[in-house]
Amino acid sequence: MKALLRLVPGLWLTLLVAAPLALVAVLALSWQADGVPPYEPPWAGQGLNPDNLRLLLEDPHYRDSLLQSLVVAALTGGLCLLLAAPMGIGIARAGRWRNVLLAAVLLPFWTGFLIRIGAWIGLLRDEGWINAVLRALGLTQDPIPLLYTDGAMLLGMVHAYLPFAVLPIFAAATRLDPALEEAAADLGATPGHSFLTVTLPQLLPALAAAFLLVFIPAAGEYVIPELLGPPDATLVGRVVFQEFFQNRDWPVASALALALLALLTGPILLYQRLGRAG
Amino acid sequence: MTARLSLRGVTRRFGPVAALDGVTLHVAPGEFLALLGGSGSGKSTLLRVIAGFEAPDSGTVQLDGADLFGVPPHRRPVNMMFQSYALFPHMSVAANIAYGLKREGLPRAEITARVAQAIAMLRLEGMETRKPHALSGGQRQRVALARALVKRPRLLLLDEPLGALDANLRERTGFELRAIQRESGAAFVMVTHDQAEALALADRVAVMDRGRIVQAGPPREVYDRPSTRFIATFLGAANVLEGTRTEDGALDCPGAGCTLRAEAPLPEEAAAVALRPERIRLAPEPGENTAVGTVEESAFRGDSSLLLVRMQGGATLRVSHAEEDGAPPPRGATVRLAWDRDDVVPLLP
Repeated sequence: MKALLRLVPGLWLTLLVAAPLALVAVLALSWQADGVPPYEPPWAGQGLNPDNLRLLLEDPHYRDSLLQSLVVAALTGGLCLLLAAPMGIGIARAGRWRNVLLAAVLLPFWTGFLIRIGAWIGLLRDEGWINAVLRALGLTQDPIPLLYTDGAMLLGMVHAYLPFAVLPIFAAATRLDPALEEAAADLGATPGHSFLTVTLPQLLPALAAAFLLVFIPAAGEYVIPELLGPPDATLVGRVVFQEFFQNRDWPVASALALALLALLTGPILLYQRLGRAG
Repeated sequence: MTARLSLRGVTRRFGPVAALDGVTLHVAPGEFLALLGGSGSGKSTLLRVIAGFEAPDSGTVQLDGADLFGVPPHRRPVNMMFQSYALFPHMSVAANIAYGLKREGLPRAEITARVAQAIAMLRLEGMETRKPHALSGGQRQRVALARALVKRPRLLLLDEPLGALDANLRERTGFELRAIQRESGAAFVMVTHDQAEALALADRVAVMDRGRIVQAGPPREVYDRPSTRFIATFLGAANVLEGTRTEDGALDCPGAGCTLRAEAPLPEEAAAVALRPERIRLAPEPGENTAVGTVEESAFRGDSSLLLVRMQGGATLRVSHAEEDGAPPPRGATVRLAWDRDDVVPLLP
């Protein structure tokens, strides 16, 4: 029975994590070719192909896409943190409203992700609701371009990832001992001081975990930049998609995917350490 | 002498329940007062009102004559030692103790000096850099005390200061607390549910029941002359004998099969008296304030034995028989019990 229990995750990891990863690694070292599938594996005669990985370092297009993705992910994580910290702490202290508010945070998951992004398009486009309201109020005559901007992209990212940031902060805030803030007040700390010196330091691991929980998936995000972002937002997710489906360059797409994974191993390991500490 | 702390008619309601019901209490400078009561008696709420964590619905709280109404906790010259100690888990012992002084904006040199002084006073040398989780229960208790005392408060509030310590440590820490209180000169108000702790440490004990202070006085007085049935049974588990008041001010008690007579005639409304187990002795002769019963149980307690004596009228009296008075009567023996007029304490309903 015990062996069987170990077999299940072992099988799962082998089939769904290790095998695809190995496949991607092999692809990254393969040669582009005309045909189906459009590549030639290293054992077909040409040997290992180092050019795909070298291209990532040499071609600014790929390098910048990775860099831009990390910047957008960091911005998304930072904005989520700014919103999620007061939300998580507030919900933890909301008394009998706690469960209602927590359900409200999770409510978006009940609607399809694409439908929610579609709703943003409806709100933000030139003939959308926001521009309609602005025009009706006489604040503008020509529509303000909102959709397909960096702002719209960040808005969509924050909207999609916010719940993931709220939950760990909420969980940590419920574990705080309310007597500690009282003790700080008793010793002469103003509410602001007490928050900065007593509450916030205890929430730091949770804040870091919340940031990483957003940062890691946001770095590879494809759908939101594609649907809401500007055409020149060449994030790595988009570039992988283009290489794979438009240029049919599976090896370069695979190399990009590997590079992103390598860049994220640091944050992922950090997140796991925080998880153990918390 | 003006009072350090004055509470007048302090009432605090939680919904329909009055946690505090018109509490009036004065604490002198340098006094050690114990608030003694069971859970739900309002003693902790009273402490929180003084510290500023709860606002009273009515009544006034004054410190050295200055009204504390609307003064937030961080501006009250009052410090509290929390029941859970509430040490900051992410700070070292030294940082915990220095926290309150930093908030005062004192010069760094003075903070260092006062922290060192507090650490020496509470024998915490060598612990300065440890975090609270690496300390024993007794050490945590001392850090909590140091953190509050280092602020040199005019009034220190202590919520069950010895509650989390084991029995061994309790006695020693109790004596230390007493010594520290004398040394610091601050007035201490301690909340406890442990009557032995209250009697041993405090200059004055205020017994609380259902949001009221039912009796306040020096420990010996509260113990010897409880004013109500609640205090008599709560403090030292006295025998409570009920009966009817006779014309001449004695208590006719059918349960004990005798008439109990106090030094002075009982007040009109008294329908019960208290009799401490250790004030009852064995008597050879019948006479005033004597009664006959049978020993039902006997428990050895080291310096004394506790006897349960079934009286002729059906009541059971707890009798403490001192070892120095010889071997206690065996189980089943018929004994005559006697007590002095002075030990019959009238109880108000």
